[in-house]
Amino acid sequence: MAKVEKLRIEEAPETLSMDPKKFILWGFIVTIIMLFASQTSAYLVRRAEGNWVEFEVPQIFWTSSVVLIISSIAMHWAYLAAKKDNFNTLKIAISITFVLGLAFLWMQVEGWKDLVAQNIYFVGNPSGSFFYVFTLLHGVHLVTGLIVLCVTFISAMRLKVHAKNLRRIEICTTYWHFLDILWLYLFAFLLYFR
Amino acid sequence: MSVVEANLGHDVHSHDEHEHHELNFWRQYIFSEDHKVIAKQYMITGIFWAIIGAAMSVIFRLQLGFPGADLSWLKPFLGDWITETGALDPNFYLALVTMHGTIMVFFVLTAGLSGTFSNFLIPLQVGARDMASGFLNMLSFWLFFVSGLLMFISIFLETGPAAGGWVIYPPLSALPQAHMGSEMGMTLWLSSMAIFIMSSLLGSLNYVTTVINLRTRGMTFTRLPLTIWAFLITAVLGIISFPVLLSAALLLIFDRHFGTSFYLSEIYINGEALPNVGGSPILFQHLFWFLGHPEVYIVLLPALGITSEVIATNARKPIFGYRAMIASIMAIAFLAFIVWAHHMFVTGMNPFLGSIFMFLTLIIAVPSAVKAFNYITTLWRGNIVFTPGMLFSIGLVSLFVSGGLTGIILGNSALDIQLHDTYFVVAHFHIVMGAASAFGFFAGIYHWYPKMFGRMLNSTLGQIHFWLTFAGVYLVFMPMHYIGIAGFPRRYYQFTSFDFGKSFTDLNMFVSIAAIFTFFAQFIFLWNFFYSMFKGKVAPQNPWNSNTLEWTTPVNVGHGNWVGEIPAVYRWPYDYSKPGSDVDFIPQNIPHSQTLESNFPHENEYIAQEKEIEAQNYNDQFASH
Repeated sequence: MAKVEKLRIEEAPETLSMDPKKFILWGFIVTIIMLFASQTSAYLVRRAEGNWVEFEVPQIFWTSSVVLIISSIAMHWAYLAAKKDNFNTLKIAISITFVLGLAFLWMQVEGWKDLVAQNIYFVGNPSGSFFYVFTLLHGVHLVTGLIVLCVTFISAMRLKVHAKNLRRIEICTTYWHFLDILWLYLFAFLLYFR
Repeated sequence: MSVVEANLGHDVHSHDEHEHHELNFWRQYIFSEDHKVIAKQYMITGIFWAIIGAAMSVIFRLQLGFPGADLSWLKPFLGDWITETGALDPNFYLALVTMHGTIMVFFVLTAGLSGTFSNFLIPLQVGARDMASGFLNMLSFWLFFVSGLLMFISIFLETGPAAGGWVIYPPLSALPQAHMGSEMGMTLWLSSMAIFIMSSLLGSLNYVTTVINLRTRGMTFTRLPLTIWAFLITAVLGIISFPVLLSAALLLIFDRHFGTSFYLSEIYINGEALPNVGGSPILFQHLFWFLGHPEVYIVLLPALGITSEVIATNARKPIFGYRAMIASIMAIAFLAFIVWAHHMFVTGMNPFLGSIFMFLTLIIAVPSAVKAFNYITTLWRGNIVFTPGMLFSIGLVSLFVSGGLTGIILGNSALDIQLHDTYFVVAHFHIVMGAASAFGFFAGIYHWYPKMFGRMLNSTLGQIHFWLTFAGVYLVFMPMHYIGIAGFPRRYYQFTSFDFGKSFTDLNMFVSIAAIFTFFAQFIFLWNFFYSMFKGKVAPQNPWNSNTLEWTTPVNVGHGNWVGEIPAVYRWPYDYSKPGSDVDFIPQNIPHSQTLESNFPHENEYIAQEKEIEAQNYNDQFASH
């Protein structure tokens, strides 16, 4: 297989080297990056103007970050299982990722409750509002990630994900890792620019 | 051979749906995944919106040209928006201006122009069977349709559609109690635009992916027609800038409906203080114009790409400075992201920052001048064929130059203090962005109509349409500059309360008459367009003797575009009037080994590469059949 790939690259230097569907995923990731880049820069612009209420970031967001990192590891485990045609492991690993994703979302909501307990509401000083908006927007994207996981799980059930057809699991893995990294960026950003 | 097999194995699963069977009516014409059908859907929807948008401008031009005139004859159309005394309701005037801007910028010149020509030309000109994802492409059109539907519904609301200007600055747009247009109309505007953004992003992702991944054998980047380059860069602009508009709109929605204070601070309405503290309306302007400025080029670049192609074909000359054209498209696209604050010179911005943005803005004149120069030098001593498409392309170059020059004036932060929000701005962007892009749209339709419908448009009617439109556009917008320099502010219902304001009346009347004249001239085009679809002369395969790949397809292009193999590409698309050649055009799919008499010395070396090109994989999406 590797030999064929190499042959193809030598013969066709100018044409397709990337799967179009995966390319679309990367384009989609660029749009999400721009969405959050604009949000975080709006945050910085607004923060620079003063009248900015500072508050403690609830501890649970640390826990949720760890949970999300573990889910990413599980996702990668699933990918490796698919590569080795290890279907049982694949299904278990995807399920673990899914459950951890749900747990992450639940923790985010708990985090909101802690914020409310601190008298930081969605409506009020923009510093708090931005915190809610960032977590909410990331949460919405994570829900789309969960949907992708479901789709991948169903196709894994139908034995459509295997070493010779990795496109779906690769797309799923890339997207999930991206959502993970996106959250780590947002969390670090929110901690640093309080 | 093993190469093909490897690809086959890869593609088998994903293309099961492309079985060759007759699709039913719904799948073939309504929820079609074929890029040509989707392109036509975009075109028809775009034309529909263009008629509505232009008709709106005629109504508010009536008010501006003839303030106080009895408009009660419009009552059957506008109902209660015409008051008892026969005057146009001022609230509705604001709504008309807002809707005209929104419709023209987003629905006609973004979706209509890019949607039509990117969809139609990208697969045909790069040599692909279809877009990278037919399903996403279909989704993109239908999201656009839904967004248009929401906007259309908003026109019929009792409180009227959004009326805060197409830029929807808060706090006006954020507070429903600020104006009747900020009630349900604004809600629908925001929902519509959110859906529109998704549609636009799906479309753009598809365009970029198709251009980069689905080019045919031999179609290197330096052999891409300039249309494709323009569409590619336009799509990249869209992918980067539209999410930012979504961001701005989201925060505005939170402010409007959930009571947050991103854009609102210390506002009194009817003597009562609002609870919102700590927001910044300028923040919205920054976010909005970070999209808003690239949007100008999203509108203009496809038109410039179409012009490059049409001018080279009909001047029977290679495009002058092919690589300079690509570089200038890229330079314009890059600069588009770092000049947004020139829309905000008078927001109390630091004057030093203002001069930086002024400097960056004026640099855009350089790549723009390169383009204008290259168009003119391509025309220079060419064997020009004055098809309607060519006329509109030359008209575009004229508008691009005359509208661009006033851009240099407006880009100055000091001059902007006088000119900001006057009709000078309106005249500037209508010429360089509105009319120029509309001319690109017309040029594209006249040029590719034979490929779209297999029939020719009537050329005489096309030429009449061009001259009336060309004269009309200049008659409308040239005098408008003077009204603006004199200080007439835009978006005003009327400006006759002071004596000096009355001195604008005759010029305004002239502009309005010219606008109505231009509006009616477009019906020549509409008649030609729909009549020729059924009764036009049947088109030959390559009516303009053009080099690009779309003219190698059958006259009536079927699903999959080419019957049999996709042609390979051996040369750039601008081999017109090549010395030594018997014919004045050599299509891209003719190898150099067949044109020994006209090859340049370095091109003879390409003959050796032909075998390599032919050995490359097909990129054929339907290859498994």
